[in-house]
Amino acid sequence: MTSPRRSQLLDDYTAMLRIRLFEEKVRDLRLAGDIVGSVHLCIGQEAGPVGACSTLRREDAVFATYRGHGWAIARGVPLEPLFAELLGRQSGICGGRAGSAYFTAPQFGFYGENSIVGAGAPIALGAALAGRHDGTDRVALTVFGDGAMNQGAVHEALNFASAFKLPVVFVCENNIWSELTPIADMVGQPELWKRAAGYGMRGHRLDGNDPAIVREYVDDAVEYARDGAGPVLLELMTERLVGHYIGDAEQYRRPGEVDEAKSREPLVRIRAALIADGASEDEITHAAENVAQEILLAATGALAAPEADPATVKEHLYA
Amino acid sequence: MPEIQQLTYGGAVNAALRRVLTEIPETLLYGEDVAKPGGVFGVTRGLEREFGARVFDTPISESAILGSALGAAMLGRRPIVEIMWADFSLVALDQIVNQIANARYISRGTVGAPLVIRTQQGTGPGACAQHSQCLEAFFLHTPGLRVVMPSTAQDAFDAVLTATYSDDPVLVVENRNLYLGAKTDVVIEGLPLPMGGSVLRRTGEHVTVLSWGSMTRRAEAAADAAVEQGITADVIEARWLNPFDLAAVLTSVRRTGRLIVMHEANVTGGFGGEVLAQVAESGVPLKAPPMRLGLPDIRVPAAPALAGAVVPDADTVYEAILKLAGS
Repeated sequence: MTSPRRSQLLDDYTAMLRIRLFEEKVRDLRLAGDIVGSVHLCIGQEAGPVGACSTLRREDAVFATYRGHGWAIARGVPLEPLFAELLGRQSGICGGRAGSAYFTAPQFGFYGENSIVGAGAPIALGAALAGRHDGTDRVALTVFGDGAMNQGAVHEALNFASAFKLPVVFVCENNIWSELTPIADMVGQPELWKRAAGYGMRGHRLDGNDPAIVREYVDDAVEYARDGAGPVLLELMTERLVGHYIGDAEQYRRPGEVDEAKSREPLVRIRAALIADGASEDEITHAAENVAQEILLAATGALAAPEADPATVKEHLYA
Repeated sequence: MPEIQQLTYGGAVNAALRRVLTEIPETLLYGEDVAKPGGVFGVTRGLEREFGARVFDTPISESAILGSALGAAMLGRRPIVEIMWADFSLVALDQIVNQIANARYISRGTVGAPLVIRTQQGTGPGACAQHSQCLEAFFLHTPGLRVVMPSTAQDAFDAVLTATYSDDPVLVVENRNLYLGAKTDVVIEGLPLPMGGSVLRRTGEHVTVLSWGSMTRRAEAAADAAVEQGITADVIEARWLNPFDLAAVLTSVRRTGRLIVMHEANVTGGFGGEVLAQVAESGVPLKAPPMRLGLPDIRVPAAPALAGAVVPDADTVYEAILKLAGS
């Protein structure tokens, strides 16, 4: 009999591994030239989306960034249309119009990536505002990086949400790097969560590499927001194990930095937690094999799909 | 008999907002100073009292206003937001161009952005360079946005009504110099008009003058004055700029063979240049080179004596009509 704790650990492990293997497959496809253009992977940052999305309801609305594959997957967007989107296929979740960095899947409560840093935060306000008028008690969750905290649009959104006590959870994934520049060099106060007090809202900094901790904080924030108490700012401390984009030479990173980060990344930690909880290597391996198979099937299916149809390129510009 | 009210241009916008707030429960109306103060030009006066929480004031945060309008529209609302001066839209152009205009196309219609951005623009005595620009070309350069520029009270009413019922994002570009003009009859009943179309304000034989926004009054005055010289002009007002009624322009130019496009915006990159290009591409033969009249490529000075030297007026277009008709 598996304990509830072990069961949760296994679920989180599986969910994070799904994102990790998806991203690794995307990297392979990008390097092979099947996927073209800018791709921003979230390898190392899987605990945030997995922990956060596990507490959300279907009607809640998530607004992510170009590093958003993991958030979409955690929202339940199926893998094959995601691969297909990145591959420019007609069966892509947006028919190939969005690509890696700007896809949306509202039918899954995923209101899109965004390739403009910080731009999703003002849009999330509207989802929360709509919930105030349409009889739902929808919560909007907007996620952005540490660099976005220096965007005016995010400042406007934080204040607007607080002024009107809108149910918005602001999730800042602080991976230390503001694109290619250390966030610490670009702010006077590197503890970004402390800005929350200035907006008159709750704020917390937490370990963003542990899905259980993320779940606990997001769950509290969502409940607080849903109750009408107002928005919350959560700063999830994490590290990306890869470049800002595929092809980033990462010369700005200190030698050994990534290796150190690999010792405390979410999947390493959760495997250790599973073993400590008594899970067997076989059990973990079995779960991993299932995920690997799932990824392979989805990628294979997407690769076999026809390219986006140029005859449709002008459709849907207007209603 | 349809219900008719005597309304100013600003009053007509107010009446249209009242009507859509009444008829469409999903509408929200918000922006800087629009609710309790009733708008800096009084255009939204009384609406908060009547519609309560659906009408509200916001922080001075254009990105938050426009971004939230998009988010609310994605989730089933029909927000009508005000950007107090068109110049202020530049603070948040990202939300208009990168976000709102993309929503429907990129998602293949899975979500749309059925929202209205009301703003006003135009040169006026003493307004500074940051409160005087005519920016319609910015929005016309952005596929995915609809743009309407009413110049009469009836057109202002119809523009707001059609825009709010539309599933596309629509910019209603008003003109503050028109808000407090004379009251005229405005039909406030009936179905919203279809989007698009132009109106023939004057008919003539020798020249076609195409205009929009407040310049239309000047074009009409010039055409009226030219009659005394034996010159008559078609004056076409493009009420909607996207969609643009090219067919009406071509029909007129085919007859007159002479075209002047007049707008308050700067000449270079202005929509007038686009119209001339489209007419040229159509192959309609012209009897004389076409003309663009607009603000010369300069910043807008505050002093009336300076502004008056650059903003096109009735004399400017009058002289152009005579010159073109004689060539």
